[in-house]
Amino acid sequence: MRNYQAVIIGGGSAGLAAAVTLKQKGIEDILVLEKDGEAGGILNQCIHNGFGLQTFKEQLSGPAYAERFEDQAEQLNVEIKLNTMVTGLNAQRQITYVNPDEGYVTISADAVILAVGCYERSRGAVEIPGERPSGIYTAGQAQRYLNIDGYLVGKKVFILGSGDIGLIMARRMTLEGAKVYGVAELMPYSNGLPRNMKQCLEDFGIPLYLSHTVTKIYGHDRLEGIDIAKVGPDRKPVPGSEIHFDVDTLLLSVGLIPENHLGDEAGIEMDPRTRGPVVDESYMTGIRGIFACGNGLHVHDLVDFVSLQAARAAEGAARYIREGEPEGRTVNTAAGENVLYVVPGKIHTDNVPGHTEFFFRVRKPMDDAVLTVRAGSKVIRTVRKKKLIPSEMERLLLTQKQLTGLEGDLVIEVREN
Amino acid sequence: MENKELICVNCPMGCRITVTLDEGRVIDIKGYTCEKGKNYAAQETVRPMRVLTSTVRINGALARVLPVITSQEIPLDMMEEAMEAVRMLTVDAPVRVNQVLIPHFLGTDADLVASRSMKKI
Repeated sequence: MRNYQAVIIGGGSAGLAAAVTLKQKGIEDILVLEKDGEAGGILNQCIHNGFGLQTFKEQLSGPAYAERFEDQAEQLNVEIKLNTMVTGLNAQRQITYVNPDEGYVTISADAVILAVGCYERSRGAVEIPGERPSGIYTAGQAQRYLNIDGYLVGKKVFILGSGDIGLIMARRMTLEGAKVYGVAELMPYSNGLPRNMKQCLEDFGIPLYLSHTVTKIYGHDRLEGIDIAKVGPDRKPVPGSEIHFDVDTLLLSVGLIPENHLGDEAGIEMDPRTRGPVVDESYMTGIRGIFACGNGLHVHDLVDFVSLQAARAAEGAARYIREGEPEGRTVNTAAGENVLYVVPGKIHTDNVPGHTEFFFRVRKPMDDAVLTVRAGSKVIRTVRKKKLIPSEMERLLLTQKQLTGLEGDLVIEVREN
Repeated sequence: MENKELICVNCPMGCRITVTLDEGRVIDIKGYTCEKGKNYAAQETVRPMRVLTSTVRINGALARVLPVITSQEIPLDMMEEAMEAVRMLTVDAPVRVNQVLIPHFLGTDADLVASRSMKKI
């Protein structure tokens, strides 16, 4: 069996950034496995701009951002196997993949980096009652048809969920000549970034129905209409508040979930909140030598942070390949009051190299809030935040000194002033 | 005199900015916390500008369409006209990223450029 120093599963934004960093750190014997016919992952269909402000100080389109990393990977002679589907991963870091050239192959690696991305929550997951006609798509699916294959999936459109892909598709389909009747959001606030609310809905006069959901689907072969209704504080539809729309297309933009069936198969412990693996500060999962990053770890809103995090995971993997596992005690991190999740889920408190960056999301929009990091009852850091919203991932740096010798779980909590 | 309220979209702070206009001319801007926000507010109240991204048909590539982008912002009120021009355009592979497809797009300072490279197959 061929053994590599490192194998990266996924050639999207996380996988490419991890591969580039491994090469830069002198890990030469690496392989990237990508299921699609080209590298770049979801960026290839995200043709809108706004990518790369952090990384390149420019506003690039998704494909242009991916191309920068593809060019770097090519210059560094990163081997990428395209049209290659990974079908198995075990705790001994053996990987099975299939592709049209080699058939069914098993390889092994000193380090595996999972850069597998996420998938869209579907109709089944949100339980919309009614008929089962064609014309109901996840927003990303409609985006792929339009931006890669050149097909507009409908002319009269409604969108359920105010996630960013839904908002972006509202603008995109409007520009392509479709009529977008509105966006319904179950929560009393938008789940999309403010700039997308402005530039994708307001610019085109598309109404946003907050605290609303789709309650009925009409049409036998093709979608013919939908009902939406207001929801109460219990998020249940309020009878009598229904509004009907004659539409041929319903897009669902109701959330993304890390793709983790390979991780499950390998027996990696998952965080029930992020639905991705629990990792330490080097991005190693509970299984030695298997690392995770990007949207397969937790769903990001900006690709720049995916690239940064993937680079950290690659540094962790490079260190593991050379020096073995980090030693010493670990403490768990925990999401305290008003915090949805914290990544990484555990950290070594001794021999932490440099700063450790934490990623988290708040549960609800908050103005003028105080963020507290504590271990047990000891407060390690407090930060005042003018504005926090669930759709923007927050980052927090702790120094080596702040993390050394901690006792008890490291809790991040937020309170409104 | 007229006041326009807007929320800045340049960063997560989302500053509430008030722009005072006199016969369409900006005479005062309040509530911004950076230069970027001030410039955005001034432009936004007079004539909003946006980057347009779309796709055009491409012959001889792996995909059927090529993503395109304006090299800088164009007026929001020109989007319909811009999309008509985009729909008329077909290009042939190979294409390089940032290759100019329509210079001085609709007479603006922006060019319509390819937003990725595509090989000929």
